[in-house]
Amino acid sequence: MAGSFGAGPVPDSADVVVIGGGVVGCAIARALSRFDLSVLMIERSPDVATGTSKANSGILHAGFDAEPGTWKARLNVQGARLYAELSEGLGIPRKATGSLVVAKDAAQMETVADLRHRGIDNGVPGLEIWSREQVLAHEPNISPDVAGALWAPTGAIVCPFLATVGFAENAIRNGVRIVTECAVTGLDVADRQVVAVQTTRGRVATRFVVNAAGLHSGEIARLAGDDSFTIKPRRGEYILFDRSVGQLVNTVLFPTPDKVSKGILVSPTVHGNVFIGPDATEIDDPEDRETTAGGLAGIIAGARRIMPTLPLGTAITEFAGLRAAAGKDFVIGPSPAARGLVHAAGIQSPGLTSAPAIGEVMVEVLQDVGLRLRSKASFVPVNPAKPRFHEMDRTTQAELIAADPLFGRVICRCETITEAEIVAAILAPCGARTVDGVKRRVRAGAGRCQGGFCGPRVTAILARELGIPVTAVRKDSADSWLFLSRADLEAGEGVHA
Amino acid sequence: MRELSYDVVTIGGGPAGMAAALAARENGAERVLIIERDRELGGILQQCIHNGFGLRRFEEELTGPGYAHRYIDMVKATDIDVWLDTTVLAAEPGGVITSVSPHAGMTVVRAKSVVYSMGCRERTRGAIRTPGSRPAGVFTAGAAQRMVNMEGYLPGKDVVIVGSGDIGLIMARRMTFEGAKVKAVFEIMPYSNGLTRNIVQCLEDFGIPLYLGHSVTAIHGKDRVTGVTVSKVNDRLEVIDGTAFDVSCDCVLLSVGLIPENELGRAAGLALDPVTSGAQVDQFRQTSIPGFFAAGNVLHVHDLVDWVSEEAAIAGRSAARHASGELPAAGPERSVTAGEGLRTVVPQRLSAFEPGKMSTRFYFRAAKPMGASLLQFWADGVLAFERKLRVVKPSEMIVADIPVRKIGDAQTLEFRVVPAPEKIEAEDAIEEEA
Amino acid sequence: MMERVVHAIQCIGCPIGCGGEVIVENGTVAEMSGFTCNKGLAYAAEEVVSPKRMVTTTVRVSGGGLALLPVVSATPVPKERIFDCLRLLRGVTVAAPVAEGTVVVSDALGLGVDFRAARDVSPLQ
Repeated sequence: MAGSFGAGPVPDSADVVVIGGGVVGCAIARALSRFDLSVLMIERSPDVATGTSKANSGILHAGFDAEPGTWKARLNVQGARLYAELSEGLGIPRKATGSLVVAKDAAQMETVADLRHRGIDNGVPGLEIWSREQVLAHEPNISPDVAGALWAPTGAIVCPFLATVGFAENAIRNGVRIVTECAVTGLDVADRQVVAVQTTRGRVATRFVVNAAGLHSGEIARLAGDDSFTIKPRRGEYILFDRSVGQLVNTVLFPTPDKVSKGILVSPTVHGNVFIGPDATEIDDPEDRETTAGGLAGIIAGARRIMPTLPLGTAITEFAGLRAAAGKDFVIGPSPAARGLVHAAGIQSPGLTSAPAIGEVMVEVLQDVGLRLRSKASFVPVNPAKPRFHEMDRTTQAELIAADPLFGRVICRCETITEAEIVAAILAPCGARTVDGVKRRVRAGAGRCQGGFCGPRVTAILARELGIPVTAVRKDSADSWLFLSRADLEAGEGVHA
Repeated sequence: MRELSYDVVTIGGGPAGMAAALAARENGAERVLIIERDRELGGILQQCIHNGFGLRRFEEELTGPGYAHRYIDMVKATDIDVWLDTTVLAAEPGGVITSVSPHAGMTVVRAKSVVYSMGCRERTRGAIRTPGSRPAGVFTAGAAQRMVNMEGYLPGKDVVIVGSGDIGLIMARRMTFEGAKVKAVFEIMPYSNGLTRNIVQCLEDFGIPLYLGHSVTAIHGKDRVTGVTVSKVNDRLEVIDGTAFDVSCDCVLLSVGLIPENELGRAAGLALDPVTSGAQVDQFRQTSIPGFFAAGNVLHVHDLVDWVSEEAAIAGRSAARHASGELPAAGPERSVTAGEGLRTVVPQRLSAFEPGKMSTRFYFRAAKPMGASLLQFWADGVLAFERKLRVVKPSEMIVADIPVRKIGDAQTLEFRVVPAPEKIEAEDAIEEEA
Repeated sequence: MMERVVHAIQCIGCPIGCGGEVIVENGTVAEMSGFTCNKGLAYAAEEVVSPKRMVTTTVRVSGGGLALLPVVSATPVPKERIFDCLRLLRGVTVAAPVAEGTVVVSDALGLGVDFRAARDVSPLQ
């Protein structure tokens, strides 16, 4: 089966259907694409990485937090190792920054010592307890009342969108079909065995269904009569600062955790920004991504305890992400209600880190429930490299323009993103279909002006490359139209009324 | 990779870049180049289709494109080189400018003088930290203006405008003209940031309410904007509990300020004024980097394009004189500061005056609205000069010419705006230009 | 009986934005105060009797390098006819090339007001 991506029809049947195009679903699809199988992924939105995967801390945790023996403990450490192996080949920006858990007093120093022991139990390499002086030498802007810290050299940061897109693109290159703007409406079960998935784009006969539906994975389970777990969405708010903050922070800074959360962190991103957040608020609505005045004030206060001089004037955006929590550990394994249905659900932190390991373990889970696997000789494990103009030296830049003049037209001036990169992001196997999709892939509009300058231009390029009218270009979700035509307005009701 | 040499290069071909290039050419620069990233000259004026430009400069009311056109014609009548569709990647001290374009590839230009004239960008929702969700339909007013006036698409049909900056006011009228319903303009400050004439002819003419002292505290909607929550604020700009109300809309336009676009300068180590966010310059508009000048909205945000042209002419002339080695070497610097009642002053320092110079012009922004006031010039702590101002508004630039003899050898120059001791009769108002 | 109405008028003639009063007695301007130039006095006198505004908008361009041509009224339009003019202009398409100043619509709606191109538009290359 040739891989594909887009809002087309679903095939009549597939060996495996993966529900949900987040980082977990895409990592699973990629793991399955090594085998001689027809794999279909179904995604509600026009793009991958539009749920939990689009708004999170972008951190590859070292793995000292989780209770030994849990899925989290096992998959975190394994996932962090897999990113180190895979990122470059899949085009996933990753930086090995290390991380620090910052202690402010003797009691917290005891907690970080405990964390170190737990990390050793979990197999985390290289953990060290650092003195105040060591911490200050590494992070000169940190609060001077720091007492010490736990240093984890395998802590790292990653771009969560490009991680998802990297897994998805590689899955597509290896034959996976991703059908977008397609919602699951039912699971057909006969004799306690899954036989088909019902979608808004038709029925797909299959005997193996992977539930990687993130915030909606509880609802998916319920479609098969499985109420073994419930998703409790937990919202976390963030503030992102412009790249102009420079070397404010070199590594991921966690406060010493208390019983309820890892606390508000201060962290660099792979693209040179700095963020603070998240808080944790339990909510009912799995779509409620509103930030709140109280939440933002809270994360500012929390972050100031680690970094007293926050560059609040350079804030470029605030956003909220949702974690799909289902109790303490991940929900991984076969459904107790329907054979052939397997869950990769309740993937809260460290879900991003664990994703590639979840992909591997889900292959085993599917095998355990009867999926026959045969390796595919044609599997290509990497994606072709995509030139990032602003990261190149002048000579290479000049060569790129000579080869493709569109590298000579800078569309996003804040991030120096060229038209050639935007076109490539749209035409790629897992290509951008929306303005936010372009932003997540190549960062056009992700800078300090937040698309004020390039937004109209990116919209025009999307319309041109996708062969659609400007009024059909969307920001992110299926119904997030951006512009009306004058005729729409004159008619009093238009296509978007 | 091409390599070329010029006497003066302006980075940006908007009103500042064009006026600077023309002044440079007129003042002896032989080889002058304008580098413009868009596909035509004129900058932001091309999307400002409303009229009201040029009353000072041309003594008639022009549209934005009309004003731009005057300058484009003047540039075309010279041998100034213009590179369109070209982006400057770096402008390094010493005058090495690296640019790229689809048609000419990468080019390195060695310039004797460089004029920063990149204009400004709009403040965003993120910068003002408006909580809520992040649906489609939230645009900066200028981005929406481009879509409406140049591309012919509309950002929505039920519009709420946040902030009462001029672009927001102009867009209120524009959207009304296009058939949209503009529900209200919300301004957090107790006064408007726009020109009075725009409040009258863009809001009052169409019965669009302006809520002063109101803050949009949340934007709602999952796919597309569905509405906003608004609250009154107190004099410390804090939300007053119990005053919240919701307004439904499918579009939010933000007009919450402009910021000089100084990233090229920042990369080159340019000294910036933390209040204007523009370069610190002397009266020649020379920045902290020798041979680099700045003019227009990249230096400080202007209310009128006429001032931009005037300021750019100073920068362009200075750039030409620097290129030919005639600009006086920077002497011991004298600081100029904005004191009581003022937020900004440009220039922020003085170099030695040119021989025969009678007066020098300063541009100010007020800290708060005031009635009849006195603009005071203090030289080394002594009140040296006073001028009456009939009214003071933060939205409008104050411009004053200070006689050189009043400045003398003073090392520290400070300006203040204080309430006038008695009511100044309108007839006493002093014209701002000599 | 004499009718005397006091109008508070905010001048929009220039960015200074003078505010003043116009007193109208029996339909004619009797007194004005607060305006600081002749242009302002003329504006204020007209504003209370028959307010007018300059109108700027866009019309469609065919075969041009731009989709839209900005146009401006050569003289002010009576306020109550602004939307009629806009409706008229919405239906207008001009062919490129267009030169600045070209009359796009002359004597719009018999108001004696021309609408002119506010810029050049070159033909699509």
